[in-house]
Amino acid sequence: MDGIIQDFFLLGDPNVRWVLAGTILLSLSAGILGCFTILRRRALVGDAVAHAVLPGVAIAFIIVGDKNPVMLLLGAVVFGWIAMLVMENITLKTKISTDTSIGMVLSVFFGLGVVLLSHIQNSGNVNQSGLDAFLFGNAASMLPFDVIVFSFVSVVVIATILLNYKEFKMLSFDPAFGVSTGFKRKRYEFLMATLLVLTITAGLQAVGVVLMASMLIIPAAAARYWTDSLSVMLVISGLIGIFAAVVGSFVSFSAPAMPTGPWMVVAAAVLFTISVLLSPGRGLVGNYLRKRKQRQKSFKENILKYIYKSNEKNIDSKSQLQEIHQKFGQNGIRVQPFIDKMLNEGYIIRSNGLIELTQKGEQEAKRVIRVHRLWELYLSERLNLKSDHVHDDAETMEHFITPELETELMNILGKPEKDPHQSQIPY
Amino acid sequence: MFWIILTAILVSASCALVGSILVMRKQAMLSDAISHAVLPGIVIAFLLTASRNTFPMLIGAGAFGLLTVYLTDLITRKTKLFEDSSMGIVFTTLFAIGVILVTLFADMVDLDQECILYGEIAYVPWDRWLFMGMDMGPRPVWILSFVLLLNIIFFLVTFKELKIYSFDYQLALTMGLPMAGIHYGLMGMVSFTTIASFESVGAILVVALIIVPPATAYLLTDKFLNMILLSVGFGVLSAITGYFLAVWIDSTIAGAIVVMTGIYFLMAYIYKVYFDEKRQGLDSQKNIVALTPK
Repeated sequence: MDGIIQDFFLLGDPNVRWVLAGTILLSLSAGILGCFTILRRRALVGDAVAHAVLPGVAIAFIIVGDKNPVMLLLGAVVFGWIAMLVMENITLKTKISTDTSIGMVLSVFFGLGVVLLSHIQNSGNVNQSGLDAFLFGNAASMLPFDVIVFSFVSVVVIATILLNYKEFKMLSFDPAFGVSTGFKRKRYEFLMATLLVLTITAGLQAVGVVLMASMLIIPAAAARYWTDSLSVMLVISGLIGIFAAVVGSFVSFSAPAMPTGPWMVVAAAVLFTISVLLSPGRGLVGNYLRKRKQRQKSFKENILKYIYKSNEKNIDSKSQLQEIHQKFGQNGIRVQPFIDKMLNEGYIIRSNGLIELTQKGEQEAKRVIRVHRLWELYLSERLNLKSDHVHDDAETMEHFITPELETELMNILGKPEKDPHQSQIPY
Repeated sequence: MFWIILTAILVSASCALVGSILVMRKQAMLSDAISHAVLPGIVIAFLLTASRNTFPMLIGAGAFGLLTVYLTDLITRKTKLFEDSSMGIVFTTLFAIGVILVTLFADMVDLDQECILYGEIAYVPWDRWLFMGMDMGPRPVWILSFVLLLNIIFFLVTFKELKIYSFDYQLALTMGLPMAGIHYGLMGMVSFTTIASFESVGAILVVALIIVPPATAYLLTDKFLNMILLSVGFGVLSAITGYFLAVWIDSTIAGAIVVMTGIYFLMAYIYKVYFDEKRQGLDSQKNIVALTPK
């Protein structure tokens, strides 16, 4: 295994070099361009264009008579373009929805391509074998010439994006605003569509019709999880594309029967899953933990508040453990772990089977009640809410008000004595 | 020839039925997603039963079809991605896994990508079903008739629910109709139809037959029942004329049927956009709607 890894990364085999270079260039430009397509809700347009270029390839072959890659690419680009125009026209001129027009163009153009290909096969032209590389992709058979074409395409794509970054950004987020400031929307839509068609056409030979769409969607969708800034997203998405290319090329190098494209997709999908689960800020796991922590904090604060209030009402009585269990143990929540935790953290102490607040606990309870009452006062004084409407809101807000916000409230209200219900505000 | 045309007619009728709902619900791309994503289901069924038996394949494919719908819903709900992005992620990944499985078990699985993409309807007459030693006719014809029957029963039983489901999902929910059941029931039918059809006609033809005839019908009528009947009509017509086109230009039958669906759509489109005066008023309305941000 070590030997294979070494062989692969030393790039001794010229074949590895070409395959790796080709797939990296393609997935880099697909990753970058993909960010714009998913932000503009055009994810499946890529899928349609990838299918729709097939008749272009077939017609170019019929006209030229051999597999000249430049001519095939040219035919593909032309049909990719026609497909884009047809989709746009159908949605604009009829009541048919976008996804239906995408599906129609995808399947009908592809069907036309299949008809032409089978016609070519039945015509017995000996040059035709290998045309189906356009369908399923065959990265392992990439030639140096293909890689030169790919490099050219990706340089064009990346340079165009860099040069028109501001305009593309406008197009992705708020084209209507752009138009009002004199932005030539049509021109940049045309430019971006051309880049999309170019990238897809170039990529087909490496990963095939179906999987080309995923190289546009998955890296960009994963990158969306790590940042809110478009420029950072472009970089991350490009890197994820490169990673996928390396994994795909490596797998098909170490197990030659394995296709490169599908492994690239699987590698990208794994990174996507990791991003969805683990990315800081948006990841599902982090979200869940944060919510749980907040829930536990609220619960703890409510218990402290309850103990404190029962002292406030009747100075000498101490809250019974049982009362707490009864009040908070509804809906199958187990209260004991929380009490144990608060005992450990020194908020409460046990004396003779009763529970008492320590000084630390009392301070914390006071703080919660204070912000609760301050918030009530703020709502009724500043926002003119009726005093009987403010409790429920304060019940939630008391767990979220930070010390900074508390100071702010205090400044606004001027260290008040009583809340709207005439209860003392504890300091 | 009789069997081939009959198979094509059965496929197109089933596809047009489920397709008309998908087109009205703006979920047409689900058929594309499902038709690709069932691949791992087929391979797994193939490996488990070690045979090319149709029923395990139907079940495997149906399971993966529903999984695609479920995962797409899940990702759209749990993340901030748009539905088309999550659908694209789910089906291409499942398809990639399917291709890898096919390669991995290449010596055990008698499947190749080409047969899945194109299908070979021309071989239908030779795929006989022998029942207790009797020759019952081509097997795909039986399977497709069964699926079509299932589709017709599903439509007859839930016709009213489907209608509300297609036009006003929220209303249906407030009426207390079992929409989740209808939704997954319909998706199950889409999966069944897809897999039963593409064994004989390939994945892309299925997508075309599900989307294009209903879209053609959608251009021409505003009535639910008319639309369903018209879609079936266009589907069947494409199947028959497609066969003769294929014979004429010597190409695959599946592809020629797709081309015919496209031609009928083009005719409807030209009629609608350039000759139907009534629509002129509607057009300007639509542009206003299209410009309003969603």
